[in-house]
Amino acid sequence: MPQTKTEGEHSSESPVSVHDLTVAYHRKPVLWDVDLDFPKGKLIAIIGPNGAGKSTLIKAVMDIVPKASGRVMIYGKPFKRQRKIVAYVPQRESVDWDFPIDALGVVMMGRYGTIGWCKPLRRRDREKALDALDRVGMADYAKRQISQLSGGQQQRVFLARALAQESQIYFMDEPFASVDAATERAIVQVLADLRSAGKTIIVVHHDLQTVREYFDHVILLNMRVVAHGSVEEVFTQENLKKTYGGRLTLLSEATDRLARQGLTL
Amino acid sequence: MTGGHSLSDTSFTFPSLEQCIRVLTLEDYNTRVVVLGVMALGAAGGLIGTFLLLRKRALTADALSHATLPGIAIAFMVMVAFGGEGKSLVGLLIGAFIFGCIGILFILAIRHTTRLKDDAAIGIVLSVFFGLGLCLLRIASEFPSGSASGLGGFIFGKAAAMVASDAIVMASVAIVVLIATCALCKEFTLLCFDEQFSSVQGWSVLWLDVLLMGLVAVVTVVALQSVGLVLAVAMLIIPAASAKYWTRRISTMLFVAAVIGCLSGWLGAVVSALVPRMPTGPIIVLLCGFWFVISFIFGSNEGLLIRQLSRWNLNRRIERQHILRAVWEACEQHTGTEFELDEVVRLRSWSVRTVQRLLRKSVSLGFVVRKSHATWRMTEKGGIEAGRVARNHRLWEIYLINYADIAPTHVDRDADMIEHVLGIEMVEKLEQLLLAGISPKSPHPIGATT
Repeated sequence: MPQTKTEGEHSSESPVSVHDLTVAYHRKPVLWDVDLDFPKGKLIAIIGPNGAGKSTLIKAVMDIVPKASGRVMIYGKPFKRQRKIVAYVPQRESVDWDFPIDALGVVMMGRYGTIGWCKPLRRRDREKALDALDRVGMADYAKRQISQLSGGQQQRVFLARALAQESQIYFMDEPFASVDAATERAIVQVLADLRSAGKTIIVVHHDLQTVREYFDHVILLNMRVVAHGSVEEVFTQENLKKTYGGRLTLLSEATDRLARQGLTL
Repeated sequence: MTGGHSLSDTSFTFPSLEQCIRVLTLEDYNTRVVVLGVMALGAAGGLIGTFLLLRKRALTADALSHATLPGIAIAFMVMVAFGGEGKSLVGLLIGAFIFGCIGILFILAIRHTTRLKDDAAIGIVLSVFFGLGLCLLRIASEFPSGSASGLGGFIFGKAAAMVASDAIVMASVAIVVLIATCALCKEFTLLCFDEQFSSVQGWSVLWLDVLLMGLVAVVTVVALQSVGLVLAVAMLIIPAASAKYWTRRISTMLFVAAVIGCLSGWLGAVVSALVPRMPTGPIIVLLCGFWFVISFIFGSNEGLLIRQLSRWNLNRRIERQHILRAVWEACEQHTGTEFELDEVVRLRSWSVRTVQRLLRKSVSLGFVVRKSHATWRMTEKGGIEAGRVARNHRLWEIYLINYADIAPTHVDRDADMIEHVLGIEMVEKLEQLLLAGISPKSPHPIGATT
């Protein structure tokens, strides 16, 4: 596997390149020395067992959680300078849906970044938001208050918000988690459209059944990168066993012991 | 405020009409100052309180207001030490503001460095700072020079002591808050709804929180003088909480909260001007509470009355659909439109009386007609409706069996509840998905569910 690249081998052409990233919560590392380049224009799945650090990886890339060490480059520049080309679909449960706003209002939030401080929304932003809602099949629900939407519809609103950002790189945190069949189809369609438009899409995914069908590229993660590469090459029984079989007993034991002593590796 | 009443005067007199008019038209200078001041305060509290509520930080504001007390006492001592009288309102409020902010910092520190949750952090800071404040007040009152006697007024508020400059301060704060909420409406909305997304887009959650809590601190500190630090939080929370019962849009919610705050302030000041010895602060808070109760009961968005009405409507619709389906099933067994009461009773777990009542209702709706004592007939209209209900129900049952891995004997119950919630859209989808328009047979023997 090519995950043992040295510093010099990272490419500034890569949409997202992660250099020796380690992330810790409460002194306990959850990601170890992750070092990889994401390929451009591909549909990329990050898979691994619960607690493997899948969400943490994309959150660390976007500076939502602090890094213990390492750095991340977006097309060769730090994330801070590349915000405008990164879109994000958080987990649906991460927000309170009983909020006084309608679906269009949420999608319009995707435009806030390009509008800037203290300026009001323009008609153009509204049109783009409506267009994004249409692309996920939610145009009829624009004026619906968000708590009145079903779970799948809420997920599609989140996706539409990311589309409204008009970015180059899309990070999605479990967009397929407990959604209905209609939503799953809508999301798959949107992903395919984005790829044919040359965007890079990185999806935290939990359903092993659909990996082959939906994705080109896969990253097997369990606190460290077990394997990454094209689905045909890397998505093998052997690698899956390495990722899911036993939660890397030795490593997690070592972590626990060090955390108890108040140290990290 | 009206004056002329001695403290020992315990009689209660209704204000005369003339008095009312004088107060309502703001003829008295004193009334004018108080009314305008607390109205501005109410509006500002409603506006910033809306974001505070949506950020789920309502109780943090309570800790903030209690934490101001040591600031007031220390500001007094410092001013006396520098040879002043210690009575400068601006000085006292600056002290209050500083300590309010220190209180918030302590909450943040506890939250980030320990495993304690917010509620514990708030409880600790609120009580410790308030206790410290009370002790410092005691020490301040022993100061040889200066007079600390007025400081206690900040605890429960003393609106009657307001002068024109105080009202101007309140009005300016209200204007600042108004401008800030207009300018930062979209940033604060994003912060309250989805802070992770806000940070990815480049809005620092920390700085937005600092801005929001800073505005809250300013409003709280200004509210100290009129409603007091114990009750100041009411001006922030209650108007916003009431507004939530009237709207599903944040812009409308801001407006409604500001209006409710304003109204409470105005009415509170008027009442306390008319009724002798009524403290303004608590009256304003009580009026806020009054508006909350009104909103909670009559509110157009999830108000108690609306919710109850729609529940009754739903129950009635469910009952109507149940009886129609039972009638349909009874008719289906002998392929005709006539049926007997007993057949329907046997199909469902209802009593004879319930069935009779429901059938009478169906008669009034024109779904069935009574032929003789025990026989009834389904009308054409009833047949169409009953057929539709039975079909929806069975479609849903088949959907559940095929897609949701539920044992067929358990289906009927779930289906009974969910079919009434399903809209036409979903039913159409089910039709396409499953049967292309053929009315299915019930997947379990009819009558077996009772």
